[in-house]
This record gives sequence, C-alpha cells and structure tokens, in this order.
Amino acid sequence: MKLTPEQVDHIATLSRLSLTDEERVRFAEQLSSVLEYVDALAKVDTAGVEPMNHSIALMNVFGADEPAPCDAATRAALLDRFPEREGDLLKVKAVFS
Amino acid sequence: MDLSKATLTEVVAGLNHLDFSSREVVDACLAVAEKNAGTTHAYVQVLAAEARKAADEADTRRRNSLAKSPLDGVPVAVKDNMLMVGSRTTAASAIIANYESPYDATVVRKLRGAGAILLGKTNLDEFAMGSSTETSVHGPTRNPWDLARIPGGSSGGSAVAVAEGSATIALGSDTGGSIRQPAAMCGVVGLKPTYGRVSRYGLMAMASSLDQIGPVARSVEDAAVLLGAIEGRDPMDSTSVELLPGWALPDKWPESLKGVRIGLPKEYFVSGMDPEVESSVRGAVAMLELLGAEVKEVSLPHAEHALAVYYVLMPSEVSANLARFDGIRYGVRKTGDSLEGTYRKSRGEGFGKEVRRRIMLGTYALSSGYYDAYYLQALKVRRLIAEDFNQAFQEVDCIVTPTSPVTAWNIGEKADDPLSMYLADIYTVSVNVAGLPAISVPCGLAKGLPVGLQLIGKHFDEKTILTAAKAYETAAGLRATMQPPATRYEK
Repeated sequence: MKLTPEQVDHIATLSRLSLTDEERVRFAEQLSSVLEYVDALAKVDTAGVEPMNHSIALMNVFGADEPAPCDAATRAALLDRFPEREGDLLKVKAVFS
Repeated sequence: MDLSKATLTEVVAGLNHLDFSSREVVDACLAVAEKNAGTTHAYVQVLAAEARKAADEADTRRRNSLAKSPLDGVPVAVKDNMLMVGSRTTAASAIIANYESPYDATVVRKLRGAGAILLGKTNLDEFAMGSSTETSVHGPTRNPWDLARIPGGSSGGSAVAVAEGSATIALGSDTGGSIRQPAAMCGVVGLKPTYGRVSRYGLMAMASSLDQIGPVARSVEDAAVLLGAIEGRDPMDSTSVELLPGWALPDKWPESLKGVRIGLPKEYFVSGMDPEVESSVRGAVAMLELLGAEVKEVSLPHAEHALAVYYVLMPSEVSANLARFDGIRYGVRKTGDSLEGTYRKSRGEGFGKEVRRRIMLGTYALSSGYYDAYYLQALKVRRLIAEDFNQAFQEVDCIVTPTSPVTAWNIGEKADDPLSMYLADIYTVSVNVAGLPAISVPCGLAKGLPVGLQLIGKHFDEKTILTAAKAYETAAGLRATMQPPATRYEK
C-alpha cells in the first residue's frame, strides 16, 4: 500500500495534526514502508477466528455507582493545569461561529 | 562497598544492620546522577534536596525501628511517564513539557508509602514510543557502556540509572519491550509483569491493551522485591486483577531447575540475529540445562506475524489515547484560527515526528474502509499468536529467547528509518500481544556490549521465570562482567 501525499493530508486531517511540506512527502514514504510490512497480515487465514481485544479474560468490571469526590488540593491542581481559564472555568475557542 | 552499585538486597541488609544510612546511599546515587548529567543523561529531573530530606527521615525511622517496609530509605528512579507529585511529568514531549504532576500514580503512591526515596524522573522516548530513547524532547540518553550508542528504549533512562549507579532500582513501562530491551542493552535486569498484575493508574497511556509497568534492577531478586511492592489490584485501574494465592512470589528461590521444562521456539533462532548474540544466548541455554532444566524445541507458528500485529494494534490504540492531548485541558495550547486549527497547531507543533507517524498509522488503520483489513485482522491474528503460546505452555513451563536480536546501535543510526527500528522489537512484542510476563537477564557481552536473555512465562506465573532467571544468574556469576567500564565516563 503506497500512500500519496494527498492521502497523507487526509489522514493528518482525521488525526488533527499539522504537517510541514517536507513531512508530507517524508511521511508518505515512511508510512508506506510500514504499511507494506503489515500488509503481510492479509495473507494469514483467520476464518472463524474471534478477534482478541484483551489478553486477560476480564469482562464488565463494575464499580459502585457512587460519586467519588476529588479532594480540594487535587481539584485545584487540575484547574491550575488549564492552558487558559476564567476563574474555575476552562476557556476554549467558540465551537460554533 | 560502592553504595551506588549495591543491589537492593544489599542496600536493605545494610540499612537493617545500620552499616550505612539511607542518606549515604542517596548521596552516592545523586553524585553519579550529577556527574553523568551531561554524558549519559539518565534523568530529566533530579529531586536532590527532597530526596536527601526524605532519606534523613527514613534514617530516623530505621534507628527507631519504625521502618515502614524493607524498601524504607531505598533510592528509586521513576520513568517520566508516571505521575509523581512534586515533579513534572513530561513524557519527554513538548506538548506537556512543563506539566506538574497533579497526583501520584498508584505505583508511586505505593513506593512512597513503603518509604522508598524518589530520586527523580528518567528519560524516555517521547510518550514511550521508541526503542532508543532518542526521540525525547530533553535530548537523547546515552549508553554507559559506550556513549556513542543508544541505551535501548523506551525506558532508556531507567535502565541507564540502574546500570551506572544513579539509582538502586527503577520503574519502567513496557508496551512492546520498553523495559526488557533497554535492560538487555545496558546489562541490567528488566521485568515486564503479566498484563493486569500492576496498576497503570497515573501512567500516561500509550497502548492500553499492551502497556504494563515493571521493575528495572541489578539482580533478579531485586526485580522480584520491587514487583512485590507495586503489584496488586487497584480500583482506579479496572484492568488490574486481584492476585490469587498461587501467584504470590516465594520468599526463597530454589537453586536447582530440576523438573522445569524450558522451550526454545524454533522460529526465533533464524536469520537476522547477531551471531555473537546468538552464541551468548545459546551458552545461557546450556547453563539452564546444566542446572537441571529440561530444554526442548517448541513451535510458535504465528510468531513471524507478531511484529505486524503489534504495529497495527499499538498505533491504533496510540491514536485513540493521544487524542486527549489537544491543547484544551492541559499542556501547550497553540491558538489557531478555529477550534480545529487550535487542535492541529497544538498537536502538530507539540508532538514529535515519531509520535505523529504512529498517530497517523493508527488513524489510518482505524479509518473507514481500512478497519477490517488492518485493525480487525490484527485482532484475529493476535488470538492465533496467543493460542500458539497456550499450546507451547502445554509442553513447557517457560520459553527462552534473546531479548533483542542485536546489541546497542549507534545514536542516529536508525533515527530516520522507522521500520528498521521496529524490527529490533521482534522478540519482545509478542509477549505484550499475548499479555504474558517476561524477564530480561544479562547473559554476557558481544563485542563488549551487553546481551540479554529473555524468559517468557505463563499468565501470572512470574514465579517460574524469576526462579529460572535467578538460578541462571547465580550460576553464571556475571555481576563483575556486567559493570559498564568506568573509564568511558572521563571526558
């Protein structure tokens, strides 16, 4: 599978990444070589094989449906890490404009 | 005794007998860390003043017989992708380069509670994505055996700290070999526990179905003691499991391996391996036989596909896990002309090349039209790989392989050729794909560089691989050989 720079642009959009012009070309080559390598998987006969999401047979781990409050210090620490804030609110760009 | 090179077991015994103080051990480690900051660069942040204060407190407890645990006063280094209050956690990425840890990872909380001295944070590949510790925003870490070479990765800083003597023990994380491979390349012991044995709460997630935290240490016993201190179910990590009594580690390790059946996968001893690495590993296998183990060939027919499975599943999970780094709630925000522009700019400028390559690979493998061919097919082949191991474990108790097909390569050698870098993970990734425990133990030198022997066990049977590794380590007696040459430090 050889990716074109246009496909790389599409993937970059889906990934919400910006690329430089040089990276656009370079990534097309590098990603293509990895994809060519993993294309070998298509040859493996997997008829009737169930996909394995998890290596340990753990299903539906339930917790008590109770709120677990965050202590004041941790709450303050988390708020302090906002890139931009107004009071205790996280400031973001308008979603609809 | 050179306190910076003492094993955990020796440090604990010395502290118990008041032969030396925690402060002396901590000072010895800090001196090495400081001396090598500009050369090996194991640490990205050293908490010298805090560590000295904590060591003095630990010494007071010891003198009054109030030690919190055997680890009270023991210096430990933590890979910089685990949250530790009082330190930054940067994951070696520009996108969170100034992120102050808001809470402790469960493993850090446990070590703190045990009285261990948290020396600082060790270097890694950006977000643990790499096999060389070169992609760090803080600059590369260098191998103490040869400063022109990589230390392995991604837990390169932790492996170097233990090898050079700037920490007695260290924590790493392993998604495809990131504890075992640098341990092998630096001549120390690295253990990846069974998936679910150790809580990942507070570890910055890379690939959640593969990630596991584990010990880097100077001996097998040290690794076992550290594992004992960090393992166990944690309500904050729903993938962690309650340990059954049969999964507990023994207090004493048997010396003979009589009755232990060890498998050699025929698919692993093929082309691509450095001949000196192979001869070193074959020598170790002969030693295991001498110790009474029954060694037999086993087959893992789907082994050749493990790397391809890994390089589909891992980037897919990476692309999902790293979606949270969008410049909105934490980290660096680069404002664009729209919300999407802000995402793209923050992520484009905040993530390095390898991280972006993996995010894009994963996004592609999960995208409409390609999901079935890549992601779903990889999940199916994953089951075939896991079943191969189950089949082999009907006949043997553990499996032995080289940890890495090659010794440490030169810095920069594979930096721009991702596929050739990925091929170095060939013996380690299948262990994560199947969720098994595995240990790397030093088994000699090839052209003056350390080689690691990997022992892979059944789910939650760390006991067998630790026992076999310990018996081998004692019989091989390589401790003096596995000291990095001190002369290389002189500038």
